[in-house]
Amino acid sequence: MSAKRKDQLATAGLYVIVGIIITVLAGLLGFVFVKGVPQLSWQFITSPPQIFKEGGGVGPQLFNSFYLLVLTLIISVPIAIGAGIYLAEYAKDHWIIRCIRVLIEVLSSLPSIVVGLFGFLFFVLYMGWGFSILSGAFALSVFNLPLLVRVIEQSIHNVPKSQREAGWALGFSKWETITTIILPAALPGIVTGIILASGRVFGEAAALIYTAGMSTPIIDFTNWNPLSPTSPLHPFRPAETMAVHIWKINGEGIMPDAAAISDGAAALLIISILFFNFTSRFIGNLLFKKMGAN
Amino acid sequence: MAKMIKETEHPLYRKSNKMRMERIGKWLTFLSVALTATITAAILFLVFSKGVSTFIVNDGSVKEFFTGTTWNPAEVNSLGQPIIGALPFLVGSLAVTGISALIAGPLAIGAAIFMSEIAPNTGKRIMQPVIELLVGIPSVVYGFIGLTVVVPFLRGLFPGSGFGIAAGTIVLSVMILPTVTSLALDAIQAVPRSLREASLALGSTRWQMICKVVLKTAKPGLLMAVIFGMARAFGEALAVQMVIGNASVIPHSLFEPASTVTSILTMGMGYTVMGQAENNALWSLALVLLLMSLFFTIAVRMIGKGKSS
Repeated sequence: MSAKRKDQLATAGLYVIVGIIITVLAGLLGFVFVKGVPQLSWQFITSPPQIFKEGGGVGPQLFNSFYLLVLTLIISVPIAIGAGIYLAEYAKDHWIIRCIRVLIEVLSSLPSIVVGLFGFLFFVLYMGWGFSILSGAFALSVFNLPLLVRVIEQSIHNVPKSQREAGWALGFSKWETITTIILPAALPGIVTGIILASGRVFGEAAALIYTAGMSTPIIDFTNWNPLSPTSPLHPFRPAETMAVHIWKINGEGIMPDAAAISDGAAALLIISILFFNFTSRFIGNLLFKKMGAN
Repeated sequence: MAKMIKETEHPLYRKSNKMRMERIGKWLTFLSVALTATITAAILFLVFSKGVSTFIVNDGSVKEFFTGTTWNPAEVNSLGQPIIGALPFLVGSLAVTGISALIAGPLAIGAAIFMSEIAPNTGKRIMQPVIELLVGIPSVVYGFIGLTVVVPFLRGLFPGSGFGIAAGTIVLSVMILPTVTSLALDAIQAVPRSLREASLALGSTRWQMICKVVLKTAKPGLLMAVIFGMARAFGEALAVQMVIGNASVIPHSLFEPASTVTSILTMGMGYTVMGQAENNALWSLALVLLLMSLFFTIAVRMIGKGKSS
């Protein structure tokens, strides 16, 4: 076989591979949307689930997902920004720092179920928080931290050295240079990274089943006092998220329309992830334009 | 009368506010780094100490754990040891991970070659955003689709219920495909353009250039991409648990119900009581999971080091 013939064959083969992949992936997205979108309605998004009857919704689950996401970001973003700054600006090539970097890398590659089990042991049992939003938020923060640290360190690293030198030349201290020059310059990258990480947190389930729990008590959406046990904001109530809900009703759901509800919830989950992706692009571009010199 | 000011008390010798802020800032940021590292160390320590208690406190046998085929940690055998044969789960986990890497690896590398060498425009404009989106799809959604599409499909084609290693493998392959593709694409795009040009200038066809230059140069990166995918597949819990059937036996075919380390952990942890032999045995499985994940991380690091030197 001549080299040319081989080349043509290989190219054809690659087209076939890509064809297969596109078919599978498009089929996957198409399946979720075609089956799921018809299920979506205002009633579905807002009403609580039914255990024995048809017609339940995912209102509390949707709220829990967002509430957990917000708490997770409140906990993990400041720590990640601090760690990112230190690793990018202050860290020297010292054996302790090298150890720390390895540990962070190990954390980022831990299976999420292991993080969940750690959360179960530490937050649920040892701290005595029980299956609660707070335990879930801390477990998700542990899950989220290494990725955020890496993204933030990278964005800070990408700020040109000349900007730092300009700051020092103006008599700024290193810390002032970081807070007034480098962080604003790195902001587009940081925000994009945070939003993308949010998508990952939003769909996570394995880390949550043994921390935030698999049930939601009856909550009253008119009661916003965080100390009241029926309030949606109460930090010590169990909170099943959308992703956990999909998993749970497929395993042990006894409502007759479990499949339809999972269809709807899966579509809702993917739409939310799409939303996170687009916002991250949009806000990233916007900030880049605003922060850029031109 | 003028008070004598000691030289070192002169205002110029005092630490400025700036200096103080600098110190505080440096310490605060260091604390966040230290906290992140401490959490990792705590996880490693906790899982390790709980995981070995099966063998120390409950007198479990390490040999039986890795070779036994009966999992019934609540009971003890004639020697008074808990029955903790975890081989079915280990086999299940290794099988789904290995086979899905064999399926997803070549497909992903093929797609990456296509996106970077054959149709860079379509690749960059259409395929890359879609792949990036798919990386973010939650694993329960993959599991749910596996449950509603793959399992009934396999049930129709082969004898049995459709649940099993085959279903788990298909779900995992599709799940890790986007991740591996996007990492493989990075590796291939990192090959310098000059190498490609040199190869083409020597008269090679595009395929010869891809095979002999691009793939060879990108080999460590591609290997890292596949190992990364395997690590994800090995650690995936819910998507696999939904489709594998959860029977704690070594299956005779790919289409019989089986179990993985993660699926048994997901199923069992809620039904056991802390500190009991059954619970400790589950923590030993978690330890296996942790060690495998460390193994994958080290493998990726070693390859990365070999690449840079």
